[in-house]
Amino acid sequence: MAKIRCPECGHVEETTGLLTVCPNCKADLRGVMEELGHRRERLREVARDDSVTTHEFIVRTKDLHKVYQMGEVEVPALKGVDLNIRRGEYLSIMGPSGSGKSTLFNMVGGLDKPTKGTCFIEEVDMAQLDAFELAWLRCRKIGYIFQTFNLIPVMTAIENVTLPMIFAGMSSDEMMERGAMLLDLVGLGDRLHHKPYELSGGQQQRVAVARSLANNPAIILADEPTGNLDLQTGKEIIDLLKELNEESGVTIISATHDLKMIDVSDRVVHIRDGQVERIENRADLDLEVGSMGAE
Amino acid sequence: MIKSELAKTIYKSETDWGQVQKQITLSWADAARISYRNVIMRLGRALITGAGIVLGIAFLVSVWTAKVAQEGIQAYEAQSATAVTGEAAELAPGAEEAELERRAQEARQTWLVVMSLLVSAVGITNSMLMSVTERFREIGTMKCLGALDNFIVKMFLIESAVLGMLGSLIGALLGHGVMLLVFVVKNSSVVALMDWGQMLSYIGFALIIGTVLSLMAAIPPAMRAARMPPAAALATEV
Repeated sequence: MAKIRCPECGHVEETTGLLTVCPNCKADLRGVMEELGHRRERLREVARDDSVTTHEFIVRTKDLHKVYQMGEVEVPALKGVDLNIRRGEYLSIMGPSGSGKSTLFNMVGGLDKPTKGTCFIEEVDMAQLDAFELAWLRCRKIGYIFQTFNLIPVMTAIENVTLPMIFAGMSSDEMMERGAMLLDLVGLGDRLHHKPYELSGGQQQRVAVARSLANNPAIILADEPTGNLDLQTGKEIIDLLKELNEESGVTIISATHDLKMIDVSDRVVHIRDGQVERIENRADLDLEVGSMGAE
Repeated sequence: MIKSELAKTIYKSETDWGQVQKQITLSWADAARISYRNVIMRLGRALITGAGIVLGIAFLVSVWTAKVAQEGIQAYEAQSATAVTGEAAELAPGAEEAELERRAQEARQTWLVVMSLLVSAVGITNSMLMSVTERFREIGTMKCLGALDNFIVKMFLIESAVLGMLGSLIGALLGHGVMLLVFVVKNSSVVALMDWGQMLSYIGFALIIGTVLSLMAAIPPAMRAARMPPAAALATEV
């Protein structure tokens, strides 16, 4: 499904197939369609999942516990989370603040160590990895998007996007080309050399999305990606992530309490008090919405 | 064996771990480029950090310059006194008093040097420490993007070494210049009377102190941040 905007009359048509003329003003849409095809092709390329194995679950957690030591007090943030995340899935982790969703996000992304339990990526136990392997995983396998964008403030958009490529040892020319392509893909083709403070929140988050795609990740982890954005820009980021997920098959795991995310998620995991409360499937949600509409 | 296992499991193109090993890198040139970027972009911050170093070293070198200049003048006076009286200065009347005065002055000099060393140590450490801690978040972000601990250390090593060296150099020239001017105004022949070999070695010593201090102040906190789990570094509020 894609939205096509007619360049002549501005009419927007949603279509799954080919559209050669605008149904409103009969203008020629072949150019628009061609561009769309082009974009899809590039999207398919940027996050190619080239794993050898085809484990059904790309991420698996088993009895995950995390206890934070706050001075004298021990604060449990996760109390035994078992979660299986399928390859190519768009998964949202929902829950009120303090429910442990960000903690879970950190465990899955290898940004923190669990107190008890294990987290597997491609069936590899993350606790077994040394510092180098973890860095390698973060660099090439996972792309991160944060609520506060976390761009490097002294670097331009393209330098931010190419930083993970430097770590991955890519050649300079290749790096610049890919960086420009990724920024173009997220709609910032004309902002390559802007510093983060010269960009709006939505634009900064787009740079972060482009950066997360730097080294062909198999998983994109997004921690409240729309938390600091207004409704419209938040929607645009969600659409961008969904588009990526559909075209390239990259697995997207997003911690959020933004209800707009539910619409695009394949599954929604509700976390409460450090435990999985319930898991909703997209199919069930559709059904619910459908039956409600029928009444 | 886990290494090759992981590589095999995760990427088909990288079954050879030796090849994988090469795939997380940060060359010194790239690190230097990023550090340079950092200094240029945060010029205001770098100048404040640098000012701490400059002032500390300027104070130290000015004290040393005064010491060398005074010693030069005293040696000259002692020599001319000997020439005039035709006998050893120690035997001249009032020599004992002059000797006491000289010792007191020496003690004052030592005290000043120790003080200025302390002042520069505190100033440099403080400003370097601040400039690292306010970037914990950035360090956490870089680790999320696949930076190894030693990449972080490398970047801060270059940055603090360059800041330390430049700051010390400017500080040494400033401190030396100002103090020398003061002495020249009092006694225009002081330049000829000074022991320049000793002066140069003092300046060299000050450069080393400035550089080493700024490295010592920057590297431990940078290492601490680099070793933190990225989640903790990202959550740091400054």
